[in-house]
Amino acid sequence: MNEEIITPALEVHDLTVAFDRKPVLWNIDLKLPEGKLVGIIGPNGAGKSTLIKAVMGLLPLSSGYVKLFDHPIDEVRKKISYVPQRESVDWDFPASVLDVVLMGRYGKLGLFRRPRKADYDVALDCLKKVGMEAYINRQISQLSGGQQQRTFLARALAQQADIYFMDEPFAGVDAATEKAIISLLRTMTEAKKTVIVVHHDLQSVTQYFDWVLLLNTRLIACGPTATTFTQQNLQETYGGKLTLLSDVGDLIRREHFPNREGVIKQPKTI
Amino acid sequence: MNDLYIIITASLVASSCALLGCYLILRKMAMVGDAISHAVLPGIVIAFLISGSRDSMTMLIGAGLIGILTTFLIEFLHKKARLQTDASIGVTFTWLFAIGVVLISLFAGKVDLDQDCVLYGEIAYVPLDTLIIGNQSIGPRALYIMGMILTAIILFIVFGYKELFLTTFDPAYATAIGISTTLWHYLLMGAVSATTVASFESVGAILVVALLIAPAATAYLLTDNLKWMLVFACIAGVAASVTGYYIAVWLDGSIAGAIAMMAGIIFIIAMLFSPTHGIFTKKFSRTAAADS
Ligand SMILES: Nc1ncnc2c1ncn2[C@@H]1O[C@H](COP(=O)(O)OP(=O)(O)O)[C@@H](O)[C@H]1O
Ligand SMILES: [Mg+2]
Repeated sequence: MNEEIITPALEVHDLTVAFDRKPVLWNIDLKLPEGKLVGIIGPNGAGKSTLIKAVMGLLPLSSGYVKLFDHPIDEVRKKISYVPQRESVDWDFPASVLDVVLMGRYGKLGLFRRPRKADYDVALDCLKKVGMEAYINRQISQLSGGQQQRTFLARALAQQADIYFMDEPFAGVDAATEKAIISLLRTMTEAKKTVIVVHHDLQSVTQYFDWVLLLNTRLIACGPTATTFTQQNLQETYGGKLTLLSDVGDLIRREHFPNREGVIKQPKTI
Repeated sequence: MNDLYIIITASLVASSCALLGCYLILRKMAMVGDAISHAVLPGIVIAFLISGSRDSMTMLIGAGLIGILTTFLIEFLHKKARLQTDASIGVTFTWLFAIGVVLISLFAGKVDLDQDCVLYGEIAYVPLDTLIIGNQSIGPRALYIMGMILTAIILFIVFGYKELFLTTFDPAYATAIGISTTLWHYLLMGAVSATTVASFESVGAILVVALLIAPAATAYLLTDNLKWMLVFACIAGVAASVTGYYIAVWLDGSIAGAIAMMAGIIFIIAMLFSPTHGIFTKKFSRTAAADS
């Protein structure tokens, strides 16, 4: 886990974020390598969304700094893409699927320029990649949760960025689509893109991610999945909420986890 | 001719307000329009005291600045003092409006301005105040001012369409990809302030509030496409102006009041009969579905 990362895609140093003086993230220090599929894992309220928002400069930092590709964030905005949590926008907004995906091109277009044919082509291509080509002109208010999520994903893809931050992109997506999206993300990391995904389904972590980042206000661990996604780290991350931890240990080895509901509903005491 | 002047001026005000109103509604900031239209009062008075006349650009700029100050105060109270948005809006605009009222009463002798005129306006006087170039009267001043305001707003929306669209729909994403949400927020609020001030003489602050919200709300019910929403809002605003004017003439009542009333009635009609959201339409299609 201590292997040296020569050219980190993301470097976070001594980051603290507080709301009302109550720290939500405390003293986070980490480096993520380029070209990896990274999972951010932690219980509800652990600060996962806050971490990616802080990294992208959407929230004021109490202390610390963030570098992307060795630059301050504002110098590399064109290389960054973001998939917000689906509930963060109003889906009754008067817009079509294509309108939303074209937003992914706005950063490259700059002020006053309208999307051109090339931008439409990219948008359509990205909609195909997420299997939404049949819904191009559909109003976003008429989409299912999974379709909304795929629209957001297509918008992020249309940016052709170098690093992607995705906040729970699998929430409300069916299993088949989830698999399809993961293989899409794989082809992106093979092309040296860095993809950072907030994820909360422990079952699939070892299958999906090259790296994991275990978070619960503090950074518990960050490193390659094989060496970092361990029983001890999980216990530290979830505290008393994960019971039957010895069984979990067996399951990690077998890559088979109890489902999330089963985990959460356990009483706090062991 | 005077009829036509009044109707055209009202339509220009209505269209300007309707266009901006679409963005206010989509940003869930309808009440901010209300707040600004009241809060600009001290700006108007101060600018009036400094410049000594009503028709100067100072007035527009003064009120525009106060509008931006209002926006800033609302944000500040919400973010730093952790007040609810509606509470911070309420505190800010009543306070600024009160300052305006105090200023007017203090300088009552020097200022040819009173609350009534600011709040209710008098559109019937529009044709009396004409713009004179050389020795030739070329039509009401309000007509030219509102024409310029509407042109400026249309240019703002045409050139800033992408940015307004994105910062309204998904501000966090806009910031992430490097489009300043704050900048576009303040530009929009500046435009609302300028429009309010330019309109207050002719139609009054109360009608501005009605025209900022009702036509845009009507259009929101009629379409799922932002461009059409902007167009429908203008149509609803112009329709309210024209019908309102003739109703006022017929009843021999307040023109501004009749226009505000018609804006409300057009909204109710849309609410009942909108093809997608209409109460009757839904009921009817449900019965039709049950029958088949
Ligand atoms: N804007 C905010 N104001 C105050 N507290 C917040 C805000 N956003 C998040 N929090 C708090 O920060 C903590 C972490 O939130 P979040 O990052 O959304 O968690 P996660 O995404 O891991 O579920 C939670 O306790 C939440 O209540
Ligand atoms: Mg979250």
